[in-house]
Amino acid sequence: MSATPPVGHGLGAPNAAVGATPASRGVGPPLWLLLELTYRCPLHCVYCYNPTNFAHTGPELPTADWIRVLREARALGAVQLGLSGGEPLVREDLEPLVTEAHALGFYINLITSGVGMSEARMRALKAAGLDHIQLSFQDSTRELNDFLSSTRTFELKSRVAALIRQHGYPMVLNVVLHRLNIDHVGEILELAEAMGAEYVELANTQYYGWAWLNREHLLPSRAQLERAEGVTQRFRERLGNRMQIYFVVPDYFETRPKACMSGLGSVFLAVAPDGTAMPCHAARMLPGLDLPNVRDSDIRTIWYDSPAFNRFRGEAWMKEPCRSCPERGRDFGGCRCQAYLLTGDPDNADPVCDLSPHHALVTAAVARAEQAGSAAPAAARERPLVFRDHRVSIAVITGDPARGGAPARRA
Amino acid sequence: MSDIPGSARPAIAFGLRLQWEPAQEAHVLLYPEGMVKLNGSAGAIISRCDGVRTVAEIVADLERTYGLTGLSGDVIAFVALALDKRWLELRA
Ligand code: SF4
Ligand code: SF4
Repeated sequence: MSATPPVGHGLGAPNAAVGATPASRGVGPPLWLLLELTYRCPLHCVYCYNPTNFAHTGPELPTADWIRVLREARALGAVQLGLSGGEPLVREDLEPLVTEAHALGFYINLITSGVGMSEARMRALKAAGLDHIQLSFQDSTRELNDFLSSTRTFELKSRVAALIRQHGYPMVLNVVLHRLNIDHVGEILELAEAMGAEYVELANTQYYGWAWLNREHLLPSRAQLERAEGVTQRFRERLGNRMQIYFVVPDYFETRPKACMSGLGSVFLAVAPDGTAMPCHAARMLPGLDLPNVRDSDIRTIWYDSPAFNRFRGEAWMKEPCRSCPERGRDFGGCRCQAYLLTGDPDNADPVCDLSPHHALVTAAVARAEQAGSAAPAAARERPLVFRDHRVSIAVITGDPARGGAPARRA
Repeated sequence: MSDIPGSARPAIAFGLRLQWEPAQEAHVLLYPEGMVKLNGSAGAIISRCDGVRTVAEIVADLERTYGLTGLSGDVIAFVALALDKRWLELRA
């Protein structure tokens, strides 16, 4: 599973350069298309951003439908393509999809755990026109533990990293950090160096989906963060340009929210395995958003005309303090999903913002993480860590108020 | 950074792709997870950076194409910026 939601710099990110394009808030094209080809995944990320009820989504789109989505989106002007999942290598039609996307002129990014990658598939993907590969850590408690103790996972990653480099791709590694692994940043970077990574993204968990369920386990303390940043800085000084390291601080520690997706409905379009089209990969959780499906409408109608994609365009939906805030054109009020998860109302300011009347919800979560020292915080001890897996997903749907659907006002 | 000799041969940097996007009516540079939309003159310069032509040849071509003179300074300044941003690299 790709770890980081596509925001800010990095994975699947409509980053500043992309976001800069539609100037007037007149609706521009969906420049960035993310296809979550499958929710199937051999791994079980605790921070996976797939919806927690993923086991209840409909059947995966067949090849022909994905190809139609590619054509329609490209015709509208989509140019960056992310292929993720789940684990996209699980799809046997990945190569033909890449071939089609390349012929259409997409710049194609594959986001993979490497599980399922072989010399033959790498060669086929290269021949098909794949532009870029990001090797991600999937389950940072299990998989990363393995990796750190130099067992199977380290060998798998190293083998895939070597294939990536042999085929002329830059070696980009993405590792999601949180309370349980952040103290190992030094070891992680050493292993990254050993496997020849040229770019390493250390992305702190963002709290949606499975990560939201596990938030009390995953939020690091400020001291942990600062130590990790210090270690990262020393690596940067030693390695210079040879290995570029990005460190993404969790937004709970900030006082301004991230400019989510450059505004929902502005540049980013994600399609889930069952064909659900979303203005952000997590948008399924938002109440009352009647998300269109690519089986029923074409991409043009979905992007320009559907109520779901228009819901958060412009500023009319905003409430105070965003509505009259001079900074609203910069951060668009932050993350709608975070506003909803924490405050119960997706039109509120993202409570990460210290101008939000709900900011205390964020500082309280940070304070709990602070108090707890290095042991799991009290709230977490009462509630076990939930691994993303099919069986758990079903349990979550039937029994848990924090599922992708109802806001859990725990904070 | 404008000590770029006229004999240098700039090329699109490894891993990046330049293409014309009809929907944006612009040249865009594509790179992992991002893109830069180039304005008209940047597009005109960079689309000539093929690793074969020298900076001097690019200047001459642009001056001929647009019926202008004295473009050398602008071209070199843009190439310097693009090298700095790693959009371009120099070929021997
Ligand atoms: S009040 Fe709203 S618009 Fe202003 S900085 Fe905070 S989140 Fe952004
Ligand atoms: S709304 Fe929130 S979860 Fe969705 S993309 Fe934006 S930042 Fe991410």
